[in-house]
Amino acid sequence: MTDPLIPRDRSAHPDAYDPGYKTSVVRAPTMPLLSLDSGPTEETGPVFGHDLLGPLDHDLTQNFTQGAGLAMGERILVHGRVLDENARPVPHALVEVWQANAGGRYRHVKDGYTAPLDPNFGGAGRCMTDAQGYYEFFTVKPGAYPWPNRGNDWRPAHIHFSLFGHAFAQRLITQMYFEGDPLIPLCPIAATVKDRSQLDRLVAPLDMAMSKPMDFLAYKFDIVLRGTRQTMFENKPEGA
Amino acid sequence: MVQKLERLRETASQTGGPYVHIGCLPSFTGITSIFPEDLGRSPIAEGARGEIVTITGSVYDGTGWALRDAMLESWQPDASGIFPGHEGADPAVSGFCRFAADKDSGEFTLRTVKPGAVRARDGTLQAPHVALWITARGINVGLQTRIYFSDEDNSADPLLARIEQGPRKQTLIAEATGDGSYRFDIVLQGPGETVFLDM
Repeated sequence: MTDPLIPRDRSAHPDAYDPGYKTSVVRAPTMPLLSLDSGPTEETGPVFGHDLLGPLDHDLTQNFTQGAGLAMGERILVHGRVLDENARPVPHALVEVWQANAGGRYRHVKDGYTAPLDPNFGGAGRCMTDAQGYYEFFTVKPGAYPWPNRGNDWRPAHIHFSLFGHAFAQRLITQMYFEGDPLIPLCPIAATVKDRSQLDRLVAPLDMAMSKPMDFLAYKFDIVLRGTRQTMFENKPEGA
Repeated sequence: MVQKLERLRETASQTGGPYVHIGCLPSFTGITSIFPEDLGRSPIAEGARGEIVTITGSVYDGTGWALRDAMLESWQPDASGIFPGHEGADPAVSGFCRFAADKDSGEFTLRTVKPGAVRARDGTLQAPHVALWITARGINVGLQTRIYFSDEDNSADPLLARIEQGPRKQTLIAEATGDGSYRFDIVLQGPGETVFLDM
């Protein structure tokens, strides 16, 4: 028997409808969500083994060329912990990331920005948290880029994160921003997060202690997934 | 003053954006040198027990346009209603699949085994269903829903019973079109809007 998930605190998240982010306008449900206690379908989830990971999966500076060439840009280590709402580490959680290259260009047919592709950069990586919930990957700092929304909108430098916990209903996609980026307060996508303290938690601080002299800078990004309610007083059927 | 609750708030969700496939289905964007294959290509392997079903559909926005950039994930138990990783589960069922709307037509296809019924915590039997999670540019928090099957007895399912308006229940039921095929369209907004879940 799995444990029930703590119901999601929707005030921690953006609303579906946010006119500042124009694409959300026709893609936002208007009817209320149907709120129900989680059950086995939500509380279980796919299990990924460490054997899934190749040796360069977590190194975006090399994985596109499989080590044959290095990506252009400011070399950074991104590291942190995945915890749950009960402040417990989430071990063996799959963390997937994707990002633009150092010039702010994605390797995608739909991205027509002037900044060139980097022949040595794909822009995807993945890793798994260890027993204490720690993860790290190595990459280049992505560039800012313009996007079609209002007249002159630019995305702050950011890395997309996709996370699996142990329950399918813990699934989370979010974005990490960088300390000190003046574009964060101007960005309509960052601004979908209305709670200022929640937005601040998407901004990774520079972490000089983890940076390596003459090699790379480091940024720390902790992530919190939904937790479970574990009490002796759950209403379980006889014999379950 | 009171004692401090040692709780953390969940990290805020952000849209997966237009390039979600780069990270989640890289081969869809032509990136094939990083990973040997995309994660969750199929929820079943050769020899999976049960009835093979193919579910086809589209994700429509509020104007009736099928999204070309939606990414979906499904999660389900095996044909006996046992979730992967649990005792007695069919080893040929991973239960997880990740798939995209077609970039030209917007249509997606999920090929899997029809899941068995699963008991809820209170012991009531839920009708067979697949959990679905939908993300795309413009979706700020991933959307949860379920796929039920029109040729199963859904009359006693506790989740469907919670939907007050009869016609809205139909938005969660894939329509059998013969030979193990089903149609399941998702409407993000407006008339026929799919019931999305907060579970």
